[in-house]
Amino acid sequence: MSRSRDKAPEGTPLLDVQGLRIEATIYEPGEPPRDAVIVDDVSFTLARGKVLGLIGESGAGKSTIGLAALAYGRGGIRLAGGRIMLNGRDIRTSGPRDLRRLRGEEVTYVAQSAAAAFNPARRIMDQVTEATLIHGLMSEREAKARAVELFRVLKLPDPETFGRRYPHQVSGGQLQRAMTAMALCPKPDLVIFDEPTTALDVTTQIDVLAAIKNAIRETGVAALYITHDLAVVAQVSDEIMVLRNGRMVEHGPVQQIIEAPREDYTRALVSVRQIDHEEAKPSPQPLMVLDGITARYGSMNTDVLTDISVELHAGQTLALVGESGSGKSTVARVITGLLPPRAGTVRFDGRELTPALKDRPREDLRQIQMIYQMADVAMNPRQTVRTIIGRPLEFYFGLRGRKRDERVQELLDAIELGKGFADRYPAELSGGQKQRVCIARALAADPKLIICDEVTSALDPLVADGILKLLLDLQKREQVAYLFITHDIATVRAIADSIAVMYQGRVQRYGTKTEVLTPPFDDYTDLLLASVPEMKLGWLEDVLATRKMESAGN
Amino acid sequence: MHPIAVLLVQRIALSLLLLLAVSVLIFVGTEILPGDVARVILGQGATEQAVENLRREMGLDRPAITRYFEWLFNALQGDFGVALSNRRDIATAIGQRLGNTMFLASVAAAFAVPLAIFLGLLAVRYQNRWPDRLISGITLTAISLPEFLLGYIIMFVFAVQLGWFPSVSSIHGGMSFGQKLYAVALPAMVLTLVVLAHMMRMTRAAILNVMQSAYIETAELKGLRKLTLIFRHAMPNSIAPIINVVMLNLAYLVVGVVVIEVVFVYPGMGQYLVDHVARRDVAVVQACGLIFAAVYIGLNLVADLVSILTNPRLRHPK
Repeated sequence: MSRSRDKAPEGTPLLDVQGLRIEATIYEPGEPPRDAVIVDDVSFTLARGKVLGLIGESGAGKSTIGLAALAYGRGGIRLAGGRIMLNGRDIRTSGPRDLRRLRGEEVTYVAQSAAAAFNPARRIMDQVTEATLIHGLMSEREAKARAVELFRVLKLPDPETFGRRYPHQVSGGQLQRAMTAMALCPKPDLVIFDEPTTALDVTTQIDVLAAIKNAIRETGVAALYITHDLAVVAQVSDEIMVLRNGRMVEHGPVQQIIEAPREDYTRALVSVRQIDHEEAKPSPQPLMVLDGITARYGSMNTDVLTDISVELHAGQTLALVGESGSGKSTVARVITGLLPPRAGTVRFDGRELTPALKDRPREDLRQIQMIYQMADVAMNPRQTVRTIIGRPLEFYFGLRGRKRDERVQELLDAIELGKGFADRYPAELSGGQKQRVCIARALAADPKLIICDEVTSALDPLVADGILKLLLDLQKREQVAYLFITHDIATVRAIADSIAVMYQGRVQRYGTKTEVLTPPFDDYTDLLLASVPEMKLGWLEDVLATRKMESAGN
Repeated sequence: MHPIAVLLVQRIALSLLLLLAVSVLIFVGTEILPGDVARVILGQGATEQAVENLRREMGLDRPAITRYFEWLFNALQGDFGVALSNRRDIATAIGQRLGNTMFLASVAAAFAVPLAIFLGLLAVRYQNRWPDRLISGITLTAISLPEFLLGYIIMFVFAVQLGWFPSVSSIHGGMSFGQKLYAVALPAMVLTLVVLAHMMRMTRAAILNVMQSAYIETAELKGLRKLTLIFRHAMPNSIAPIINVVMLNLAYLVVGVVVIEVVFVYPGMGQYLVDHVARRDVAVVQACGLIFAAVYIGLNLVADLVSILTNPRLRHPK
């Protein structure tokens, strides 16, 4: 009982956006509310069955434009001007009834975090078929059959029974594919993919990416693919539009954008991650030695870490790489004493560290500092930058008053923030600036080792590059060692001296950067290295054809 | 064993333990109150010998521990002893009145709970618009008025002025269900107004809390109607806090209706308790205390169990 849909006349594009302008009312503390322009003068057209990639850094307006195709604005966002013609009508001015029909029937949405976008209280099948059923597009039996078919196309395990599970019962990568099934189930004309693989491990991302690409091809649906990763978007799109600060920078076919970009900004995006770092040789006396570390949490029956033995040399960087759940962060917890190991020792600077944090002398605490992935939750929002950086100076060195303030300013200069930042609050800083303040706070203790836990993962590529360069610079000057935890191979190539590849709680491969990154590889390292998206056409197909194993997340 | 069964058994065992502790508290509490029951019964003028005889006759000369276990054991079998003041069997007297109180509470709950949740949903649907403000305003006004005043106002309007319902809610065993409903209409109305605001505000707050979630946006982008969306996607995730407040209010309907029962001269537990407290009848106070505690603990147990059962992560482990 599928309902006929008014199709636009042959030859006109499915989606035709002209002069789109999007505004929001901004409420900043201490200032009267003001209107800000989020997106200005953006125009593009999308034909049936074509995929347009929207790319840019955070704040570029990608998601906002994507949601505009559903005539939806998050929070106080208004679609202020321009035309959004979809199937021959301007949906910007549509009434509530037409909007309900538009959403879920003509256009559907795949969110970045499927884990958050699925209702935890309802079964996957109910949620996948819901839009199809409320719009009366199919009978319940047809909808379920279609869902199962889509589960199969998306290579989900046990497609017949997959839908009976609850969202918490499946993995992140599977849920992301289920979200794609949810978007495709009502046979929409257009799907908005909003960073659908950003929250996934590279090894999982590649499977989801392939599944999405395959599903787009099989259903012939048109798509807007939003991401900050140019290498990813190059694999699935026909055309790419580069955005910056809500305006279009460049728009063209994929090949032209990645091989012959016209604008400087696009070139910067394409050439990201080209930091040259000369690998340092191991010294005879390592700064830190982990020897046979085995650890588990609370009452668990299995070990999270098994027999981890690695060395870190003064002034050098050891990178711990692996997918989520491989135990990378747990190693950091053992070193800092947050999780006393069941077996094994941590030797640091010639002495053995106590297993538990509470027994450590203050001097040991000072020597090992941490920087976290989420800079904004690692700082007290009600303290100024001066207080945040000044705290370790008071705590470890007893500095107060003018002396402390002078040292704070020195540290701010060191992280390239300069004058005027000391009195700001974290909320007044950008993501990159926040992470810099966290770096300054760690440096304030004058440590020998800084543990960096995914410090660039939440940042835009260009900003992340700035942070990495800063870290390398500081290492040269201060001779501080880094334990760098990351899932991003590109980051590892940029800064590591030695590498430990972790897989299911064990060190899979360990050595200097050159040793680890030189073939022959073991299967897992091969998968990890091959899964890093490369900026060339056909990369996805090549990898899928040649890799030796699949991700553990499947 | 299924992990959820373990959790449920734990909660139930904990509740029983709590009830036992409360029974000790009640017994000890009445034990340390000054005054001797035998002397209270016989009056100031009784001779020492007469008091001593009565104490022995009532078993009050035995150690407190023995008496506690005897009392508890009998209470578990539904025997609360006899009222000291009038020598009538407490269980019989309470049985009738507890039934009346439960009836009134059930009628009030049957209206109040669905109404509160529906109003909560409406308030979310029209958040910060006039229906939301109107609902909040009326329910908050109702909860701000002392309930006896509310009782008299409603009695004046509906019984005296309009004459729709009786002002005295006397019911007895011979009445049909319909007649009983008619008799308790006014006290039930007052109780509904009293408990409505709390439950409605909690429903509104709990659902609004969930409305910020990403999955609500997903549902909105599927083109669901707002009310369908709230009911299907927001409600199931806000049941736990709502059910907690509902249960607290149900408990209040049973144990907190003393004033309303007095206002409407309703033959329930509240009236009975007030009468016997005035006469310092320790045996009745103990019995009522134990029953009220059991109701409170039982309803909170139900809230706990529902919270556990509605959590899909517990119901369907990985």
